[in-house]
Amino acid sequence: SSQRAFHPSLARFDQEVSVTFELSDGRKQTTQAKIGQNLLDIVVDNEIDIDGFGACEGTLACSTCHLIFKQADFDRIQDEVTDEELDMLDLAYDLTDTSRLGCQVCMTKELDGISVKVPESINDQR
Amino acid sequence: MFRPCLRPSFSWASFRRYTSTEGPAPRVCVVGSGPAGFYTAQHLLNHGPPQLRVDLLERLPVPFGLVRFGVAPDHPEVKNVDHTFTKIAKNPRVQFYGNLHVGVDVKVRELRQLYDIVILSYGAAQDRKLGVPGEELSNVISARSFVGFYNGLPEDAALAMNLDVEDAAVIGIGNVALDVARVLLTPIDTLRQTDITDAALAQLSQSRIKRVFVIGRRGPLQVSFTIKELREMVNLEGCSAVFNPDDFRPFQSVAPLLKRPRKRLTELMLKTALTPPTEKQLKLWGPAPPKSWELRLLRSPLAILGSDSSVSGVQLGVNRLDGPNLTEDQAVVSTGEVETLECGLVLKSIGYKSVKVEEGIPFDEQRGVIPNVNGKVPDEPGLYCSGWLATGPKGVIVDTMNESYRVGAQILEDLKLDHISVQANRTEELRTLLDQRQVKVVNFVDWEKIDETEKLWGASKGKPREKITEVQSLISVVKKP
Ligand SMILES: Cc1cc2nc3c(=O)[nH]c(=O)nc-3n(C[C@H](O)[C@H](O)[C@H](O)COP(=O)(O)OP(=O)(O)OC[C@H]3O[C@@H](n4cnc5c(N)ncnc54)[C@H](O)[C@@H]3O)c2cc1C
Ligand code: FES
Repeated sequence: SSQRAFHPSLARFDQEVSVTFELSDGRKQTTQAKIGQNLLDIVVDNEIDIDGFGACEGTLACSTCHLIFKQADFDRIQDEVTDEELDMLDLAYDLTDTSRLGCQVCMTKELDGISVKVPESINDQR
Repeated sequence: MFRPCLRPSFSWASFRRYTSTEGPAPRVCVVGSGPAGFYTAQHLLNHGPPQLRVDLLERLPVPFGLVRFGVAPDHPEVKNVDHTFTKIAKNPRVQFYGNLHVGVDVKVRELRQLYDIVILSYGAAQDRKLGVPGEELSNVISARSFVGFYNGLPEDAALAMNLDVEDAAVIGIGNVALDVARVLLTPIDTLRQTDITDAALAQLSQSRIKRVFVIGRRGPLQVSFTIKELREMVNLEGCSAVFNPDDFRPFQSVAPLLKRPRKRLTELMLKTALTPPTEKQLKLWGPAPPKSWELRLLRSPLAILGSDSSVSGVQLGVNRLDGPNLTEDQAVVSTGEVETLECGLVLKSIGYKSVKVEEGIPFDEQRGVIPNVNGKVPDEPGLYCSGWLATGPKGVIVDTMNESYRVGAQILEDLKLDHISVQANRTEELRTLLDQRQVKVVNFVDWEKIDETEKLWGASKGKPREKITEVQSLISVVKKP
């Protein structure tokens, strides 16, 4: 049932990469991840606390895993964006040209060290 | 789409410095256990004072509101949100009171005495009327009832409809309209694998429906369904999408100028109307699709035609958009032209409406919402509302989530500014009151038994769940008579 992206061919469990999540309250959280893991799983596995994130659990039925990338990182993402992902992104708040759904983007060697922004509206609005 | 405005930043870390954790615990009562109730509660629990407690009251013996009784059975992914809700309900600071009809079993007035903060999140459960002749004919059915029927809502369990007809009209151009059209057109064997009720399966397996017309008063730039639902409708198994090219061609020139998401949505409609089906569609539809559907816009229902017992058609007034430039906010005017659409079933999907739960609680009859600013009910310190009851029945769960977090943030700010008085040493308890009144409350552990029972029952039929559709039967799973 899950449409969550995962690349077994890419999964090298000895190879770790790092990702930083920039939360809307200004906090930054850096975590290690495995190559081939998608960004939703990384948030969940590392208990990064973002209210409402990943509501549909990676099945492309919400837009709560919306993340904003830096242009250069965005261009390096290997997973092609599908119409279905664009359809859900259409409903995301604070949509940008470098937005993707976290559950559809897997970590690769090229993405090691990226920093992604968690849009404001997912978090509390204080 | 409504964009939240940001208020000055504020953090509970600094709040806690001058609020002792020993201080009186704010007692919160949330009325309604749909997405709004849960997400508002979640915000308060995660970001409020650590001793804050929430009681969650629900009319039905089962939680989750429209996630259980609205979201279509063939969209199980959307229902994954109930995992988050279950985590919230199992927080030791939360108590779930199911089978408790607020306004009947207990009054909001009484809740205001028992709690420091009362949040009304009881949704929008009533139909809007079309207000045209023939609306009372049989087989003119509200989409809300049909949805309730196929999703096992107790009050709609006995819905009578006649599907021994070939053509159906769905009036309305929101996601609910597309949901009901899709359920009518989806192959029965696909539906069998969902948690749609057996009663609905029995009806739908007798269906002879071949064509569904989805009818909207306004134009292509003004539809309110979202693109995911439209994409599903143009990729249905055994069912082609046949739109009249002439109705859509004029919008070709403006589509590229629109902003996302309107742009992508319009382009998909144009593609469907004006270009040959794709390989993928041809494969899904099959060589001679047994079924089809059409989006027919700029039509206002004027009357529903028929005799004593049956519908024979809908009389439609043809509209046009006013003014030379095609835009999203153009007005619609009648051309005076009238046409008749023959059909044997009419589903009205023109929106939901909230009801006033009790006299004396502020309510805007016109808009069908509780008047509020950011969820705060004016002149009623400690009274809030969230979800469809506060915003009107629009948007998807994500919208309800964001709005609910905003209401939560407003409440925390009001607590901080002492706009809400928190009473120490409360002795009166809701539970005592309910015991006196002999209300059979269903708690969350009870619900988990019901949940397990339904899943087991479903598994025996190859379905994820078979819903129990009678209130008494639901209660008897967990309570001895
Ligand atoms: C048919 C339909 C399909 C939908 N499909 C989708 C979808 O696929 N994806 C999506 O994102 N969104 C969907 N939505 C939208 C989504 O359901 C709403 O955004 C959301 O449910 C609104 O939440 P709410 O809590 O305000 O209302 P509700 O979900 O209606 O919750 C209100 C709760 O209050 C309870 N209640 C009512 N009266 C009382 C009372 N007097 N005392 C105590 N409790 C009471 C009700 O029983 C209910 O549990 C759909 C909506 C509908 C109508
Ligand atoms: S988690 Fe719902 S779309 Fe990614």
